[in-house]
Amino acid sequence: MVAISCGIVFLAILFSSITGKGLTAFQQTEIRLEVFFDEQAIDPQGSRDAAILGRADYQGLIKESLRRAFPGVKARRDKKELYRLASIGAGYQLRRMVMENPGLVGKSVTVWVLASDDVDMIAKGVIPVDARPEVRRLSDRQMEWVGTLRQSGRLETRFNTTLFTAGDSREPELAGVAAAAAGSLMAILVCLALSFPFGVMTAVYLEEFAPKNLWIGFVEVNINNLAAVPSIVFGLLGMAVFLNFFGLPRSAPLVGGLVLALMTLPTIIIAGRVALGAVPPSIREAALAVGASPVQAVFHHVLPLAMPGILTGAIIGMARALGETAPLIMIGMIAFVVDIPGNFTDPATALPAQIYLWADSPERAFESRTAAAIIILLVFLVFMNLLAIVLRRKFETRW
Amino acid sequence: MVVLGIAAGSAAARNRRRVLRERLVLAILVAGSTVAVLTTIGIVLSLVIESYRFFQVIPVTDFLFGLHWSPQTAIRADQVGASGQFGAVPLLAGTFLISAIALTVAGPVGLFSAIYLSEYAAPFVRAIVKPALEILAGIPTVVYGFFAALVVAPLLRQGGEAAGFEVSSESALAAGLIMGVMIIPFVSSISDDAITAVPRNLKEGALGLGATRSEAIRQVILPAALPGIVGGLLLAASRAIGETMIVVMAAGLSANLTLNPLEAVTTVTVQIVTLLTGDQEFDSAKTLSAFALGLLLFLVTLVFNVAALRVVKKYREHYE
Repeated sequence: MVAISCGIVFLAILFSSITGKGLTAFQQTEIRLEVFFDEQAIDPQGSRDAAILGRADYQGLIKESLRRAFPGVKARRDKKELYRLASIGAGYQLRRMVMENPGLVGKSVTVWVLASDDVDMIAKGVIPVDARPEVRRLSDRQMEWVGTLRQSGRLETRFNTTLFTAGDSREPELAGVAAAAAGSLMAILVCLALSFPFGVMTAVYLEEFAPKNLWIGFVEVNINNLAAVPSIVFGLLGMAVFLNFFGLPRSAPLVGGLVLALMTLPTIIIAGRVALGAVPPSIREAALAVGASPVQAVFHHVLPLAMPGILTGAIIGMARALGETAPLIMIGMIAFVVDIPGNFTDPATALPAQIYLWADSPERAFESRTAAAIIILLVFLVFMNLLAIVLRRKFETRW
Repeated sequence: MVVLGIAAGSAAARNRRRVLRERLVLAILVAGSTVAVLTTIGIVLSLVIESYRFFQVIPVTDFLFGLHWSPQTAIRADQVGASGQFGAVPLLAGTFLISAIALTVAGPVGLFSAIYLSEYAAPFVRAIVKPALEILAGIPTVVYGFFAALVVAPLLRQGGEAAGFEVSSESALAAGLIMGVMIIPFVSSISDDAITAVPRNLKEGALGLGATRSEAIRQVILPAALPGIVGGLLLAASRAIGETMIVVMAAGLSANLTLNPLEAVTTVTVQIVTLLTGDQEFDSAKTLSAFALGLLLFLVTLVFNVAALRVVKKYREHYE
């Protein structure tokens, strides 16, 4: 009884601490600024050419607006501190706005721009206001400005869309999981496309057609052992065989998928054999009796009946592959990836690898982002497991 | 007559085609099933070949019995302290230390949960608790690693400071504790199977002779289920030895030969990861040593797995 509660209590602590940390990352502090899109600064010739609009110094506009918001700041050092309230990415935000709507140039607009991660941490109360300056990483003057902004309603925490749309970044407030999620998705697709057909083929052969001899016995022992080989060894295999021998590109989702496919193969084979074995012999015999050949009996009758079970096993295998990190690290899928990968040979990273990368980052803001990424990963996993359970419930047949 | 002949002929042709097609299908199935075997061959070959190259540089005995691990190789020939020592003993010691901590957590908790679930729990409790424990097995290990590094390790250090111990921020204890939690479901589900597989009449016989419930469990059921439980523990141990992410994130990098769980130790898996991340020359002894470590890891876990499967299987036959 005590033992059980230990396990459950631990589970509860784990989830609550991760959600506690992670939820703050779904919010992002933003600063309201009056930005004047100065034609002189952006496009002096008035050509409205996309290339010129794209090259302008938008961070300068942010600095300009910050100066106007706090007219009292004059000294160079103070100004520098002031600029650090807004994120490095705030300029890109303005750039995107202008690129979408060149008519903005020459107008004054109220914009919510991303605050820097240090301001973010204070605003959300993750780091207490009275923390030592080294911890909070903001000077007393910066704290004062943050206070002013907050009192005048120019500082707000809003839903963090960057987290879902952006790739990785050195700046916590600009980092998102989109690139990692895309990488994961690609790797999983490759993994599914390879491991499912081969897994089902192996399961069908071993369960329905294989003769009982020494070789088949060897294959069975082999598969059982393969299921228990540490995942990092698969990573070594991928590195030695796929990267060095076949010369496939490092960090590619293709290679990640291949390695994951080899890892999930035993799981699918074992699940497939159990599902096929659960189909009663009477089905097989009935098919044979009306003149079907053994191959027809299996493919027309036994396999369709066993399919829900096989699918359940496959989904659970995929869920495990989705959470796997170690082999991906071995083949280099922990690259710093800013852009969402476009095809299967682009450098990519995966969600768990991204979590690992962020967990190692020194900025406090990355801690909550790591937790948020974990929540996203867990949501995916829960979804996949639910799908497996629903499938099982729906097609469960008692013979 | 002619018509019948043609029909029979085409039926025969159809049959031939069918036979051919089915042979083809079978051939494809056989080919498919060799992939798993090829994978194993691939693993063994790649590990053995690279390790062989490594052992040409570093003697096997130095690797297996050396007490110092510092895999720096010289960039310049006259560099100081660049001899590069590849003694795997500290790594193995670290691995076994962490696994031992994990098993002391998971063993009792898993076993007691299994006993409770299979002998005492009401069906509805079992229906809730069993999946809840299995959730623990489904959580990605990187999540455990994050938790160990950011929540458990600081807690342990504060606790240690309060109690007057010096606890390193990357202690074997934090990694071991969390790894123990991770392998609870392995221990509990296999022990549960082992306990439920004990024939009912053994238990009922004990109860009929006047044993109390706990006496029946302690003196009859547990001894009978022991082989299965041991098998489960072995499987869990092999899982713990091969586990990577938790130790990468929560255990240290320095190869200490120590039994003190409060110090930072490193493991075989951690070293493989650190040796192989980033770009590097593929021919240096440093990189090749990772494959030698991989081979070592593969063999150790293989021994554990085979032993576990043997024990479980032998025991099953016993009752059937």
